[in-house]
Order: sequence, then structure tokens, then C-alpha cells
Amino acid sequence: MRIACPLCGERDSREFSYKGAALALGYPSEEAGFEAWDDYLHKRDNPAGPTRELWYHGSGCTAWLVVTRNTMTHEILSVELAEDAPESAQENTQGANA
Amino acid sequence: MRIAGKGLINRAKPVSFQFDGTTYQGFEGDTLASALLANGVKLVARSFKYHRPRGVLTAGSEEPNALVTVGHGGSQDPNVRATTQEIYEGLDARSQNRWPSLAHDVMAVNDLAAPFLGAGFYYKTFMWPKAFWEKLYEPIIRCAAGLGAISGEPITDKFERAYAHCDVLVVGSGPAGLMAALTAGEAGADVILTEEDSLLGGRLLSENGQIDGMPARDWANATAIKLNAMSNVRVMARTTVTGAYDGGTYGALERVGHHCEMSDGLPKECFWRIVAKRTVLAAGAIERPVAFQNNDRPGIMMASAVRAYVNRWNVAPGKSVAVFGNNDSAHDTAADLLAAGVHVCALIDSRPDATTTLDVPFYAGAQVSGSEGRKELEAITISRASGIDKVQADCLAMSGGWNPTLHLACHMSGRPDWREDIAAFVPKPGMVPGLIAAGACNGAFSTAACLGEGAGAALAALEAIGLKAKMPKLPASEDRDYSISPLWAVAGKGRAWLDFQNDVTVKDVKQAAVENFRSVEHMKRYTTQGMATDQGKNSNVQALAVLADATGRGIPETGTTTYRPPFTPVAIAAMAAGAEDKGFAPERFTTSHRLTVKAGAPLIEAGLWYRPSFFPLKGETHWRQSCDREVGYVREAVGVADVSTLGKIDIKGRDAAAFLDFLYTNMFSSLKVGRVRYGLMLREDGHVMDDGTTARLADDHFVMTTTTAAAGQVMQHMELVSQGMKRGMDVRFTSVTEHWAQFAVAGPKARELLNGLLDAPIDGESWPFMACGDISIGGVKGRLFRISFSGEHAYEVALPARYGESLFATLRARAEALGGGVYGMEALNVLRIEKGFITHAEIHGRVTAFDVGMQGMMSKKKDFMGKGAASRPGLLEDDREQLVGFKPTGVVKQLTAGAHLYNDGAEPVRANDQGYLTSVAFSPTMGTFLGLGFLRGGRARHGETVKMVDHVRGIETTCEVCHPVFLDPNGERARD
Ligand SMILES: [Zn+2]
Repeated sequence: MRIACPLCGERDSREFSYKGAALALGYPSEEAGFEAWDDYLHKRDNPAGPTRELWYHGSGCTAWLVVTRNTMTHEILSVELAEDAPESAQENTQGANA
Repeated sequence: MRIAGKGLINRAKPVSFQFDGTTYQGFEGDTLASALLANGVKLVARSFKYHRPRGVLTAGSEEPNALVTVGHGGSQDPNVRATTQEIYEGLDARSQNRWPSLAHDVMAVNDLAAPFLGAGFYYKTFMWPKAFWEKLYEPIIRCAAGLGAISGEPITDKFERAYAHCDVLVVGSGPAGLMAALTAGEAGADVILTEEDSLLGGRLLSENGQIDGMPARDWANATAIKLNAMSNVRVMARTTVTGAYDGGTYGALERVGHHCEMSDGLPKECFWRIVAKRTVLAAGAIERPVAFQNNDRPGIMMASAVRAYVNRWNVAPGKSVAVFGNNDSAHDTAADLLAAGVHVCALIDSRPDATTTLDVPFYAGAQVSGSEGRKELEAITISRASGIDKVQADCLAMSGGWNPTLHLACHMSGRPDWREDIAAFVPKPGMVPGLIAAGACNGAFSTAACLGEGAGAALAALEAIGLKAKMPKLPASEDRDYSISPLWAVAGKGRAWLDFQNDVTVKDVKQAAVENFRSVEHMKRYTTQGMATDQGKNSNVQALAVLADATGRGIPETGTTTYRPPFTPVAIAAMAAGAEDKGFAPERFTTSHRLTVKAGAPLIEAGLWYRPSFFPLKGETHWRQSCDREVGYVREAVGVADVSTLGKIDIKGRDAAAFLDFLYTNMFSSLKVGRVRYGLMLREDGHVMDDGTTARLADDHFVMTTTTAAAGQVMQHMELVSQGMKRGMDVRFTSVTEHWAQFAVAGPKARELLNGLLDAPIDGESWPFMACGDISIGGVKGRLFRISFSGEHAYEVALPARYGESLFATLRARAEALGGGVYGMEALNVLRIEKGFITHAEIHGRVTAFDVGMQGMMSKKKDFMGKGAASRPGLLEDDREQLVGFKPTGVVKQLTAGAHLYNDGAEPVRANDQGYLTSVAFSPTMGTFLGLGFLRGGRARHGETVKMVDHVRGIETTCEVCHPVFLDPNGERARD
């Protein structure tokens, strides 16, 4: 798989490491409550289709990236810097097979 | 038998080689298969399960039968296909799966037992008793049914890995591939052309057609010369593209040194990772056998292989050759044999309306229904409506039609289309993004169609990457329609082989259907059809056609099995090239490494780093002697240790303090410039991630230390926090671990040592406990931190890394002069256990700040990473396993890390588990073993006695639960 880092260009996936769903960006406040923390730490969609996930360009520029990837085809639909990406991950389920 | 002709062998260069101990002669350009056939050797192998005699079936990498072992010892290769192994002077090949010899194989009795060894035999017979499978059945079956073996010796060949990028990758160099590479190359694209064979040309090398008014193989040669001359085209012969992966990435195996003696230092193989913007798949087609009774005898070959041996290698595979097919290539084969002067005893065409102008005995509407002979073919039986004929023949060329070599196109789970007119599967466009199939692998079987599709595919690829090109004028060539009438299996009794390599017959597939393994994937696994090293390249389609017939379905409804990489076997050694032994992981050495090794210190791995375990002195025979002595240096005089491996992160910016406040559980914005503070870091889920000290060098400048093992993880975590969760902070940080050589100077005489060394002396007032700041040594600017991981009066002194070795030598000499010396990881570990300091043995990923007794460090005044999650009720309960100390009280005065804890009197089983030990050490200071570990509700249980059981080492004792800080609980020594 190849990921087009917005800073470095297209690189082999072995330069990157995977963290998980991009909703990790939406860090809840300390008072957010049990539900919010449960969602943040444990609840993950498992879409057959596009999903937003966090990749770290550790062997490159050390940028965290939000990669939108189709889990059915491995097609990469978009790559953006985490610092430019929306924190909420509403589009996570867009296009997924409901 | 070698015959006259203008093949592609060099008769001026004879080559001698060995097969099963006999020396034979071939010519340069021969494969092992062609050279053996030239010498009349027909029996070359025994089959996998029934040990049937087998001969060469094909002339390519799809060969299921002719597998041999080449080389010896660390250079031994099993399961080499004789059809792709080029001969060289001194080649030594041996047959496989036979004992005592190929001609007399004891296990051939399996063939007589065949009625009992059919589909599902293993599953049915060897089920019970269960334990017998592993201990008895499997070893015996493995021994009886088999392939070649590896030598078991360490590999002595060189292997390499390499990477390449291109605009257009062309896979295969037949007419389609050559035309594609030429078109793309002339348009200026960066082209890689791969060819599995040693020569470019594909089927053109084995057939007698004309292109552009010259013999097709001359055209191929001329085109190859043209391509080789283009600087933008890389031609890679002996290279098989083995897999198609995401993002235009392809795996390819280049057989660099298989065709010659290895003495010239070539790597044996190179595994390439090729990234292509577009790919033209021009992999050709593989001819398929027809299943009939005993169709596996040596001498029965693919018609295309017979043509190749006759035309390319000038070898007659028999004296009297019969040709059998259901399509026109059978006729071409007969014509080529006649042209070469080989006797054709029969041409059998299953199509009733077939005609021929060839002067041969012709049987239209007939089928070969059986064969005779044991170690080689002697006669065939021909059945037709009018009756049965027997014809003497020592070679049968068969053709059941052609299967496009579409494997790569299917590697990303795509399912191919069935084309009725050619009775074959063809790739669907787009199955692998960026891959365009052209020529025979796309179902276009005439030379003219291949040339046209090759050029067309190249144009499509060029357009997609924005290069302009015009359709080239195509050279004139044969353009005949392909005509075929499907014939999968000839009706009749007896065993008719589908998968030659795994010994799967028509009967086995039908039996699978009877037993309701109707899905092609189930049939495959039940019969092992297509599961051998050839992956069923010349049998899968026929097997599924037989299954379709047996289950009353069409072939497209029955569907294919999944095509998976690699297309041909790839040695693990090739894929792992460079990663074996020390290549597995980089080695990180400290600046004191050279002197450490010189001092005879055994090294211990810490992440990628190598650190000294201890520094043995003359006369010391046990590591404990050295370790105890080194602990004594620190407790009584002064010890020196290299601590440069700890992660060091330089942090700057107006928001640096606020950033640290979020990262750490405790406050850093309140830390004064010139002071150091210990900090605890949690993960998002509230569990401890790492700990370490951070020094404030200026208002907007900190330097953080992490543990050696977690340095990378902490850096990645900080990047995520600053880029993702706390964006917009004015903070920048970078790893400076390798910029600084840093040494602990610890012990009551630490300041005395430093004061002889620092340019300006220090005292307790200017450098109190947890102070930090700039110093200089001999005019070199450095840093000094008064911190202690031993509980003693201690410092860490840092100079730029290039002074590290000299600083280490100086510190060691000064320590020795003061009655101390250097110490290693063992002593460092004892010192910190005596003080109850934690490492990743304790903060192993499942513990909270509460568990390690650091709940007081969780600031109430601010939010921080992990705070919300750490306050979840389950993480704060009093009966959680909490950090405590242990001292042995039983008869056995030993503690072991990893041992589990039980209440006194309780049975030591999991249900009664009370906790476990994480770190233990013998403390020379206190004269006893000490342990750290976690015990249920442990903080309220100091003074209790618990039982320690180490089930693995078989050690059991009792120990007293105590406070984890064993020595100097008030920390007076460090503040001294
Ligand atoms: Zn990057």
C-alpha cells in the first residue's frame, strides 16, 4: 500500500505506522462523562467501505495523517495532515454499508 | 534425442552436468529438462502421493512433475523446476521423493494402495485417536509423501532485496509484451520489462511463425536489442513478477545466479519491489492437459512443450510421437514435428469436423482414452465411435486448449470472466487498478492480435500518465482465429490425472462432489487440488470444469478459487534478504561502547541499544561478584554509568510549559528554571505510559528524559498530542538522544569526583538536589543535572556526543582513584530496586498511577492526558493489585521475577492468584533478596506473609510484604 503524505509525497506503507480510528483526535475533556469516554476509548465502527484512520509518518516527516481508506479495496481516498483535519469523525460512516 | 535444426542452443559450447550421479552433456542454452530429454532421460521424478514415475510435462515455470534438488549443504535448493533451471558446467541435480533410487522406489506401493488413498483419505483415516495425528500419522505421511528437502545447514548463498520505480511495468516479453515495451519506450516513458525466461520472446522462441517477413524469433531478438539500447527501458530477464499489491506495487523475483556456478559472487536471487504508475500484463497463456486414463506417464507432454523442445532446443522428445488435442495448436505441433523430421504416428483431434492437410495418420472425432508403459510411454489407446485403436508411441503431445495467465490480474480478489468461445477465463478490466492485460493473457491468441493489444495497452498506459504517443505501425504476422471445442476429461475407467503435482484425479473431484464438497474452495481443500508448489497452474480450470459437470452447474457459476501471490515459489531467503542475523534490527551503540567492550563487559540489549551488564575484574567467576562490587562503589564511594540511551527530547516554545502540563500528570509550569522534576505520563486510557525527569533550562526551554525502551513511543505520542489534540500551541520539540553523551556519577564521593573535573567547582548551595544547569569541562560546554536513580548523592553529566568516549575514560579513572569505578545494568538494577524506583518491568502497560502508588502525582488543578479515563471507577478500587516490596522469609531465600503470589495456605492455582513479582535482586547492601511486585490491595497489607510460587522454575517460598522503598525511605542520601 502507498500513502501520499502531504509533506513528503507518495511513500510505501512501511514508512508509516497505524494507530486506529481518527476519532482519537477528538480528545474528551476531563468532565466529559462516562459515555463520552467509553465512546472515545472503546467504541469503533467497522465499516465495509471508507474509514478515517490515523497514520504516523515515523520514517519520514513525523506528521500524523488522517487517511481515508476504503476497507473493501484498500483504495486511499484522501490524506490530510492531522493538524488540518476536523477533530470529529462524523464522515467515518459516510459511504459505509449500513 | 538431439536433432538438426536452428534452435537457440550453442552447439559450439558443450556443457557437462550431473543428474542423479550420472554425467551428461548438453549445450549452452539448454535447460535441465531439454538436456535430459536430449540424452533420452524420460523418468525424472516420482509423484507426490502415489510415487508414480513422472517425466517432463511442460517447458516452463508451470512444471508440476520435473522437480529436482540442486546444490549441496548451505547452497541446496529443493523443488527446482528442471524446465527453468539452465544448465551450467558442473550443475549437480538430484531427483526427489524416491528411495532407494528413482528407478526402484519402494514407496511406489502407494500406487497399488490407490483405491484407499483418494480424496479426503487423510481426514477419514487418521482422525482417531486424536493424539496420534501429531505423534504418529503426520510424521509418517510427511516422510512418505513429499517434495525435496532443505539441508538444514545455515544458508551460504547471498540474497538481495531491491526497489524500483517506473512509469510502465511490462510483465512478459512475448509479442504483446515486446510491442508494449517498444511503444512505451519510444514514447519516452520510464519502462521496466520483465521476463521469466533467460531470453526475450516468449512463445515466439518456440514456434515457427514469421513477423515482419522474418522468423518470429529473429524479430524478437531484434526488438530485444532495440529495447536494450534505450536508456529509459530496463530489461529484466530471469525475473518473475510474483505478486500484485496495493498502490501499483509488484513483487518480482530475479534469479540472478541460478544459471551459473556461484563462485563469482553473484547473489542467487534478488527480490524486487517495483512500483509502477501503470502495468501492462502480457504474461501469455498456459496450455492445459486433457484428463484421460494414465495420462501421467513419462513421455506424455504438453503439445506446446513438445514444440518448444523441437524448435528451440532441437530435441525430439520421442522417436514416434502422437499428437492429441481439441484445438488448432495440436495441428501446429504435428506440423512442426514433421518439419523437424520427427515421426508422427497419429494426430488425434476430438473435434468430429476437424480436417488436416498433413501427411499423418489422422483421427478426427477421436480421443486418447488410455496409455501403456510403466517408466515410459509405450502405447496409447484411441477411442472413436467406430472402435478402439492401439498405437505404439513413446511420446504423446497433448493440448486441451489454453488458459490465459491472468494470475496477477486476480491478486487483489478480482474474479475473472468466463469466455465460452475460447473456453477459458479472462481478466476483467480494472481488477488490479492500473493494470491492463494484453495478448494471450487477455484471451487474444493470434500473433497479430498480441502485437496489436500490446501496442494498444501501452497507449492506454501512456495516456493515463500524460505521455503522448501514436499507434505504431504493427509488423505483419499470423492472424488466425483460435478454434477449440472444450474437452476436460475423457470418459472411462481408471485414474485420469488433473493435478499432477498433488496426485489429484478426476475421480477425486467427483468424489468430493458426491460427499457434498460442491463449492470449488471446499473441493480444493478436500482433494488438495491446486495446493502444491505449482498452485495448479495447469490443472485448476480443468478441475473446476469437472466439478461443474459433476454438480450440474456451468463453469462460470462454479467459479474459480482465489488466486494468491506468489505466482511461482519465492524463497523466504530472498524476501528476508538483508534482514537475517544482525540485519534484523539496527544496532545502537553508546559513545562508551568501544571502551566497554574492551573492558570485557557482556552486553545486554535494551531496545536497539547495547549496554554493559557488568564490568568483570580479574578473578571474578560469577556475575554476582561483579555486580555486588559495583553496587558497593555507588553506596560507599562513587560509580560511573553511561545513561546516554535514555531518550532525550528538547522542547522549546512559549507554550512548552503548558504542553508539558498536559502531557504529564503533575505540574511543570511551576518548575523553576534550573530545576528538574520527575514526571509521570499516562496514555489516553489512563494507564501509565512512561516516566522520567524533565529539566527547565529556560522559561521556554525544557529537556525531557524518557526511559530507554519507550523513547520512540513517547516521541510519537507527543507528536500526536501537539498535531492532533492540542493544536496551535507554540511548541516545537526534537529528539536529541544521540547529541549528548550522558553519564551518571553516583555515590558519596560524586561531588568530589566532579570538582576535580569541572572548570568551575560546585557546592551544595549552587547545586542542590534536583538542580540543573550549564557547566564546562576543559572549555567544552555541557550540562549537569543533580538527579539520582540510585538514591545516592548523584549527578548526570552531559557533553556533546563527540566527547563521550574521552569523558567516560576520564570519569572512570577519577572514580577508580576515589575507590569506585564503572557499573553496568545489573548494578543499576539492584540500586534502583533497593530504592523502590520503577522501570518498565513495573509500568508494563496495565498499571495506573494509583497501582504504583503515585496517585498523589495526579494534579487536581489541571486536565492532563489520561485524567478523564484514569478516574473510571474500576481503576481506583482498593483491591487492585498495588506495588509493594517483598523480602523472602521462608527456608528458600530466593525471589524470582514472574513468580505469582498466593495467600498463605491457599492452593497455588489461578483462581487464588494474589499478584506477581516484577523485579528482583540480591541486595548486597541489605544482605538479602528484595523484590518489587503487585499484590491485591497490597498497600494495606505491609507486614503480611504471602506465598511465592514460580511454576516455571519450580521455586516456592514465603515472603514478607513491605514498603517498596527498602533503603533510606526519607531520601536523605540523595539530598546530602
Ligand atoms: Zn511525511
